[in-house]
Amino acid sequence: MADSTATIDPVKPPETGVAVVRPPLVLNERTMGWISNYISSIVEARTPTWWYIAMGVTVPLMLMCFTMLAYLVSTGIGVWGNNHPVGWAWDITNFVFWIGIGHAGTLISAILFLTRQKWRTSINRAAEAMTLFAVVCAGIYPALHVGRVWMVWFLAPVPNSNAIWPNFRSPLLWDVFAVSTYFTVSVLFWYTGLIPDLATLRDRCTSKIKKFFYGIFALGWRGGNRQWRHYEMAYLLLAGLSTPLVLSVHSVVSFDFATSVIPGWHATIFPPYFVAGAIFGGFAMVLTLMIPATAIWPSLKDLITPSHVDKMCKIILLTGSIVGYAYLMELFIAWYGGNPYEQAAFWNRAFGPSGWNYWVMMTCNVVAPQFFWFKWCRHNWWAVWILVQFPNVGMWFERFVIIGTTLERDFLPSSWQQFHPSIVDVLTFIGTFGLFMTLFLLFIRFLPMICMFEVKAVLPEADPHYGEKH
Amino acid sequence: MHIAGDQKSALFAVAAEFDSARDLYQAALKIRAAGFKRWDVYSPFPIHGMDEAMGLSRSLLGRLVFVGGLIGFITAVSLQFIPSSILYPLVVAGKPTDIMTAPAFFPIMFELTILLSAFTAVFGMLILNGLPRWNHPMFNWERFKKVTEDKFYVAIESRDPQFSEQSTREFLETLGGKNLAVIHEE
Repeated sequence: MADSTATIDPVKPPETGVAVVRPPLVLNERTMGWISNYISSIVEARTPTWWYIAMGVTVPLMLMCFTMLAYLVSTGIGVWGNNHPVGWAWDITNFVFWIGIGHAGTLISAILFLTRQKWRTSINRAAEAMTLFAVVCAGIYPALHVGRVWMVWFLAPVPNSNAIWPNFRSPLLWDVFAVSTYFTVSVLFWYTGLIPDLATLRDRCTSKIKKFFYGIFALGWRGGNRQWRHYEMAYLLLAGLSTPLVLSVHSVVSFDFATSVIPGWHATIFPPYFVAGAIFGGFAMVLTLMIPATAIWPSLKDLITPSHVDKMCKIILLTGSIVGYAYLMELFIAWYGGNPYEQAAFWNRAFGPSGWNYWVMMTCNVVAPQFFWFKWCRHNWWAVWILVQFPNVGMWFERFVIIGTTLERDFLPSSWQQFHPSIVDVLTFIGTFGLFMTLFLLFIRFLPMICMFEVKAVLPEADPHYGEKH
Repeated sequence: MHIAGDQKSALFAVAAEFDSARDLYQAALKIRAAGFKRWDVYSPFPIHGMDEAMGLSRSLLGRLVFVGGLIGFITAVSLQFIPSSILYPLVVAGKPTDIMTAPAFFPIMFELTILLSAFTAVFGMLILNGLPRWNHPMFNWERFKKVTEDKFYVAIESRDPQFSEQSTREFLETLGGKNLAVIHEE
């Protein structure tokens, strides 16, 4: 653990015999004023040229996504490649992929908060934003895959003239509640964390229009301790509520599969395996976005330090290994369970006509993260960025392997059919990346991407006993 | 000596600025010891241990959220069982709608408990804090803008029984407060 750059934390001098020296959370002894100035200046500065160029790429992609969705709604589900045994294909694959990415944000904001991992403070805001935007992308698919999207309100338990009610024991209805609760609570958590930082922007800005908008959204925050008292309690409670929530969301998503009777889906391992996979893929996306951000704003490296990236790589290594264990355990149980249909399903996944998907998944999710055992791979940010692209790709393939290749081989061999995506499938999926990146670019342009007040609170001088002898 | 706000309006508070969390903490201990009741400290971030230093009790919010969660749970139970058992019993795969199938109703109970708890946590916090409130006498003071950056403030309000403009100001000076200000309501 002991870094060459590490200095002894002045707040708590290590007692004799204690060898662990923690690296500082903020490098170069930055002050509170610097943190406000620097993070706010990113928002306050003139819009950089690269931002327009990036938007010039992502906005057309986003519009392409919307066009494809309009085409889908106006024509019908037949424009997708879904066929008879493969009733769920890229739509649910992409849904699970995007919702999984969101999980790292909530993990950072909630679970690492409860476990008092102070290093989370400099990455939680951007990760939470990523969560929201990923859930927005995810939400498109279940809403539109129903076909007649104007009938989607049937999922909600509303009294209607037909006196029909939804089946509350269906995992698809659980999904509706789980995903909508997850999105709502994520928005609340994110906005609550933003209030003090919006107040910072309000107090700094010079233009009337900006002052008006930041002022409205800061809700008149004054930073009095009588306010902080309730604020901190609210934040703690939201973290406490989000922790079981984030674990439940992907568990409920996995119930969509696990409660069915399809060989290869009907497995009790699914909830923990899906949650680990979601955190794995989510952290990969956090690093995918944060490392370029530190290249654009080099001083961010004082806040997002090598120690932060190192820790995230270790989480990727851990969760990637859990996912690898789950893959092997699935295979073992398929063999050990002695069910010929289960065995056939797994044989088909690995060696069937779509078997190459399985091996892409294995390579990306199990082999690639093992490089993070080496410190060099965790500290060379080019290596990190390249390595985390593997989980990004691999986690998509994992969902396709579970959904697509399993359904291709039905109980009835006469109905077996391979899945081929249509051009609409492909363009819609690429388009969701445009939507995701557009929202993220808007976020870094107009909102502070680092939680200023929390980073200030982890500085040594934020301690009311700073400099006193113990 | 600053005068913030319109002097013709009523007096809101006497305030002082401090440079660090430690100074603010020490000042809070002394203000509390002096027996003031209507005062607050303002800081760019929550200061660990400040609630104890000010003698504030634990926030009420936890209890409110418990009630919110309970309402969410009861909502989910009624929302599911009234339609599923009474209005529109839906027998899927031959499974009855009685208590034996209750586990299948748990996910929605859990989600609605969390949802209503989270709403209560956020809106309860705003209500307890008196927010949103876009105007406040403290904002009349130009220096107070630094409260969201790196300065720390104390304000003893005029409604405090021990308040007197002259002596309270002197008291804040003895605590080491800088840039003292008299803040008016308007």
